[in-house]
Amino acid sequence: MKLGLDIGSTTIKCVVLDDENKLIYSTYERHYSQITEKIAELLSRVRREIDGAEQAFVALSGSAGMGVAQDCGIDFVQEVYATRVAANTFIPGTDVVIELGGEDAKILFLTNGLEVRMNGTCAGGTGAFIDQMATLLNVPLEELDDLAKQYEKTYTIASRCGVFAKTDIQPLLNQGARKSDIAESIFKAVVSQTVAGLAQGREIEGQVVYLGGPLTFMSELRRCFDRTLGTTGICPENSLYYVACGAALCADKPIDFDDVIHRVKNYRGSGNFAFQPPLFETKEDYAAFQARHAKADVKQKELKGYKGKAYIGMDAGSTTVKGVVLNSDGELLFSQYLPSKGNPVEIIKAFLEEIYSINPDLNIVSSAVTGYGEDIIKNAFDADYGIVETIAHFTAAKYFMPDVEFIIDIGGQDIKCFKIHNGAIDNIFLNEACSSGCGSFLQTFANALGYNIKDFAKLGLFARRPVDLGSRCTVFMNSSVKQAQKDGATIEDISAGLSLSVVKNALYKVIRASDPDELGKRIVVQGGTFLNDAVLRAFELEMGVEVVRPNIAGLMGAYGAALYAMKKSAGKGRSKLSTAEDLRNFVHEIKVTNCGLCNNNCRLTINSFGGGRKFIAGNRCERPITKKAPATGMNMYEYKLSLINSYKPVEGLRGKLGIPMGLNMFELYPFWYRFFTELKFEVMHSPYSNRKLYQRGQQTIPSDTVCFPAKLMHGHVQTLIDQGVETIFYPCLSYNFDEHLGDNHYNCPVVAYYPEVIRNNMKDVKKVNFIKEYFGIHRPKDFPKKAYERLSFYFPDLTLNEVRVAAKRAYDEQAMYRAKVQAKGDEIIKKAEQEGKRIFVLAGRPYHIDPEINHGIDKLIAGFDVAIISEDVVSSRVDRFHTDVLNQWTYHSRLYAAARYVTTRKDMELVQLVSFGCGVDAITTDEVREILEAKNKIYTQIKIDEITNLGAVKIRIRSLLAAIEEQASEK
Amino acid sequence: MAELKYDKKTGRLLFTKQMKREYTILMPNMAPIHFRMLKDVFVHYGYKAELLETTGPEIAQTGLKYVHNDTCYPALLVIGQFIHALQSGKYDVHKTALMITQTGGGCRASNYIFLLRKALKKAGFAFVPVISLSFGMEKNPGFSLTVPLIRRFVGGLVYGDQLMLLSNQIKPYEVNKGETMALVQKWSDRLSEMLIEGKGYTLEEIDENLHKLTKDFSKIEVNRVPKVKVGIVGEIYVKYSKMANNGLEDFLADQDCEVCVPGLMGFAAFKVDNRLEDYKMFGGNRLKYEFCKMLLDYVTKLETLMVEAAKRFNFVPPHQYAHTKELVKGVIGYGSKMGEGWLLTAEMLELAETGYENIVCTQPFGCLPNHINGKGAIRRIKEIKPNANIVTIDYDPGAPKVNQENRIKLMLAVGREELQKKIDAEKADKAETEDQ
Repeated sequence: MKLGLDIGSTTIKCVVLDDENKLIYSTYERHYSQITEKIAELLSRVRREIDGAEQAFVALSGSAGMGVAQDCGIDFVQEVYATRVAANTFIPGTDVVIELGGEDAKILFLTNGLEVRMNGTCAGGTGAFIDQMATLLNVPLEELDDLAKQYEKTYTIASRCGVFAKTDIQPLLNQGARKSDIAESIFKAVVSQTVAGLAQGREIEGQVVYLGGPLTFMSELRRCFDRTLGTTGICPENSLYYVACGAALCADKPIDFDDVIHRVKNYRGSGNFAFQPPLFETKEDYAAFQARHAKADVKQKELKGYKGKAYIGMDAGSTTVKGVVLNSDGELLFSQYLPSKGNPVEIIKAFLEEIYSINPDLNIVSSAVTGYGEDIIKNAFDADYGIVETIAHFTAAKYFMPDVEFIIDIGGQDIKCFKIHNGAIDNIFLNEACSSGCGSFLQTFANALGYNIKDFAKLGLFARRPVDLGSRCTVFMNSSVKQAQKDGATIEDISAGLSLSVVKNALYKVIRASDPDELGKRIVVQGGTFLNDAVLRAFELEMGVEVVRPNIAGLMGAYGAALYAMKKSAGKGRSKLSTAEDLRNFVHEIKVTNCGLCNNNCRLTINSFGGGRKFIAGNRCERPITKKAPATGMNMYEYKLSLINSYKPVEGLRGKLGIPMGLNMFELYPFWYRFFTELKFEVMHSPYSNRKLYQRGQQTIPSDTVCFPAKLMHGHVQTLIDQGVETIFYPCLSYNFDEHLGDNHYNCPVVAYYPEVIRNNMKDVKKVNFIKEYFGIHRPKDFPKKAYERLSFYFPDLTLNEVRVAAKRAYDEQAMYRAKVQAKGDEIIKKAEQEGKRIFVLAGRPYHIDPEINHGIDKLIAGFDVAIISEDVVSSRVDRFHTDVLNQWTYHSRLYAAARYVTTRKDMELVQLVSFGCGVDAITTDEVREILEAKNKIYTQIKIDEITNLGAVKIRIRSLLAAIEEQASEK
Repeated sequence: MAELKYDKKTGRLLFTKQMKREYTILMPNMAPIHFRMLKDVFVHYGYKAELLETTGPEIAQTGLKYVHNDTCYPALLVIGQFIHALQSGKYDVHKTALMITQTGGGCRASNYIFLLRKALKKAGFAFVPVISLSFGMEKNPGFSLTVPLIRRFVGGLVYGDQLMLLSNQIKPYEVNKGETMALVQKWSDRLSEMLIEGKGYTLEEIDENLHKLTKDFSKIEVNRVPKVKVGIVGEIYVKYSKMANNGLEDFLADQDCEVCVPGLMGFAAFKVDNRLEDYKMFGGNRLKYEFCKMLLDYVTKLETLMVEAAKRFNFVPPHQYAHTKELVKGVIGYGSKMGEGWLLTAEMLELAETGYENIVCTQPFGCLPNHINGKGAIRRIKEIKPNANIVTIDYDPGAPKVNQENRIKLMLAVGREELQKKIDAEKADKAETEDQ
């Protein structure tokens, strides 16, 4: 008889196998992080219930059980290894095992060379991710599967991280997309993450077996895998217990039950964990703290029977909806703070209905709405004003502290902070890549440990040894928390530790402050998360300053919106807001369709509210609404794309030569085009990126943390191969052209050497003549000879003279291309000057003009009636200057130079595009910021990835424009 | 107190001759055996140098506070450790300088020194001079890398590599626990003394010392039982530094493995050779080429001494650069030189060839060159060496040790299985021969 235990991140499994390896006992339970208690309990139970269990061989597996096993005298079996043993025993002939667990995702290739793949530092696409998504949709897990079965359409959702997915799903929900479609999209995202993230170029074929909780419980998820892999996998009986069975199969010695149970019960881990000073030393400290914060309050008045003027503010946030009614003195007549449950329209409707039921004759003078759902709510209920969130919060904060210098708002999943400089919003920080500094982070943990958030946070107030959890991903924080628990941290210590870590994430990951003076002394904190005294205290301790937290910290967005409506209306007139009568007739219908007016073919969600009022979401430009194409001619990004199109293939006797259109090729295409056309090749490039093209190469990406522009290259090369191109030219280039702007002229390692990755990971390149040789375009004199040496290997009939001539023309072509870009840039600037338009330098890399990479951000910004130029247009207008970083990459030198130039002009602003995962930009962003801020310019950064939430981009751009406007009006 | 002088062109704070007399230079301690000797070379030249031995979570926290959080982990740690030291009160901050290497390659590492200066400014230590340990990237009146100094330096690397190599091969099998490390200590002390006195760096001296120390190690009593053999490769700091890789070597020792960590000499040869390859690929200055060629020849000579000494006493000899380089031909181009470049791929191939087919490939989270040469090359490596059993581990301040160890354990489980197969096959072979 053999006994196996499997301790996963959320559940514990225990099995007993008889001597024929037949399962005679199994149990599957959640452990709520009470791991040791559970182990002891299960062992006692099995011993009681199964005859002969006492003599069984015992082994333990599972990521959460490693430490316990070692210290308590049970053999440990690595869980993937256990799975493998079980699969080989129970389903001989299995080729591939796909197993999803709470925090892990695994693929095991059992035949043709054993390989095992586990998720590394990213927990996207795991059970925890699916849990988060179900919570977000506000449906129980089981229902998620049922919903998915009824899907009609799917949306693209980022699967890399729950946080990214949230930012994709929330707008969809706010825009009224169907839950069933979202549910299916979530499954698709999981599949894509597993396949792309783990398979890493190895094909999943043959007999596939699905294991683990999510795949066992969700049939639609399995079907989704089947569809993607083009196979029919099996989910065996006892699929939940494979790890436990594997452990049992590996067990080779009995244990002394009494001794082990005793040791497990008394297991305290190492007893050391890093900790920080307590939040409050004494009750008196806490009382003083409470008294101090009680001073910042808004007076409450009665709504019922109120006869005066009233103003309504609404904040349709990402997870909560807030609404307030104010009187003319800014006092609160009524307020509501409710979870949005994925449908803010219903919540706001109920909010308004309740106001009318309390005071049917309310004289509403004006109303305003802000937040994620601003557009839809404004349309649905005819609100008078829609304002960007940052302005709403600033307006509210000024009410409590007119000379406020810094505002930080921590909500459910957003952090917004901004500095106030000369009475205007000067610098905005939003969390883009990470929500670990937010309220939902605490919420998730509280729930996981079986508490509600309020009680949970209170636990930490007097903790003696708050755990030092550092700052990072929510999902992995789980493991750190569990480790701390094992090491003897109490629930109080963990609660306090999490509060501190929320603050640290906010400060060091989002704001990246190093000391309080940087942020100013006059700080207002707001957002629901700060209503939590532990978080507030942690913030004050970490910053070393006393801050103001209004008693309506959770309502500040709505409050600010109401104040804004009050100011704008000047107390005159009557609001257009839906009346009680309107609400009775209110209908809300949702239709999903594709736009089809341009190549983007955006997936549109059309909300109709009756009376011909409509709200369209999902669009990247205004075209589906206005039916007019956006004005052209003032957008450098567009121009550059069209310029590349002008290099048409010319038939040549040496055959077709394809160039993948990505990364540096967006700029070097003219050079190589001319070079090879002169050498009598028919030069063509792969089509511009799109989703489909990306997916074509997705399976062959070896590193899931590399930047998206690099990942796209796989799709480009695959497309060229599929098109039947004989030769693909994708050279390695350590160096770029020397533009004499910096200390050196490197390419970044990824741009320089990505061809190596393509060659080593895409098996289809063997079908073509794939040239990834190293060239030195930075040395025009040596180039012809060296290029000749390289190329004659592939084309022995080439002559050096031919190459010389071609090289000369290539350099000329490149110069001509630069000149054209320059001339067009100058033209845009001149035209903007004449028309008095603002000029945005959308600064990034050459490949950021790829619409699949920039997601149409250029068009979105152009929609605000500004001119758009790229960094290389103005970088040549400044002389080389000294930077505080080693200025060694050609593309990045342009960024510094462009920033420098922008500081010399009143009508120019710089917005930096940063690709997620770009390590080099960790250096450039700080430097660009410093260059701009030294001259009082606002720095705006937009992080872009595979999926980008344009809603957040809009907030930034609108805030920036509002800030510029305000700065101008101050002067 | 020394007057603060600044470079006229860039405004950079200089390390002056007066500072050389008065200041203590703090150095990060990447690889303890090696760096101790490097420090001693500086001592010989009259610098007051001190290696930072601090560890603990505060260091990463300090780093996070003063450096962009998406910067690579080694930068966070090195800078965090410097600032933590300056803030500790242990040093007179007005008589302290910092030293950091700068390779000038195309990866982010060349920028560490600038990030360090930015961080110092943020932390209020703008008056602390930073010395760039590089070939002519930044000059300081009070510090210079002379040819004799470099020769002694290289000597230190040779000794460090050999001590590391031998102890890794002996320690797991020693009969008397602790004997190997005691010998490492003894030889480190002896070599340190020599280097401080300015001795022990000529080819003859090195040859003699290598012979003696290798002989000493060969005398340690061992019990050779089959063990899982694991190679460690990766980004250079994470590969060697205990603080960065969460004590990877100790963990593997606990798991009853024999470890092989390719030495620093290969890296040094690689960096020199890059200049030769650049010249061959793109053209350039012939004189510089000849100089680098001379350097590489010198390194090769030293390598040969190490190999011969190891062979003489039946140790697995260290990798020879020329051979390592040959292995990667056709896998990754010699132009891929940023960070550890093609050398990383080559080392994995070589480890698989020399019996260390279980490999941990370490890298900071988001390490750019490793997308190419680490994770990006593994598929190909497995085609060439099907026995290679590689796990890649990302390190950063938030990556929990438990997860990393769990992944390594998986690799080890497969490694153990293969080892068992080998043992069984050998037994069967033996039985067969006995039958006959």
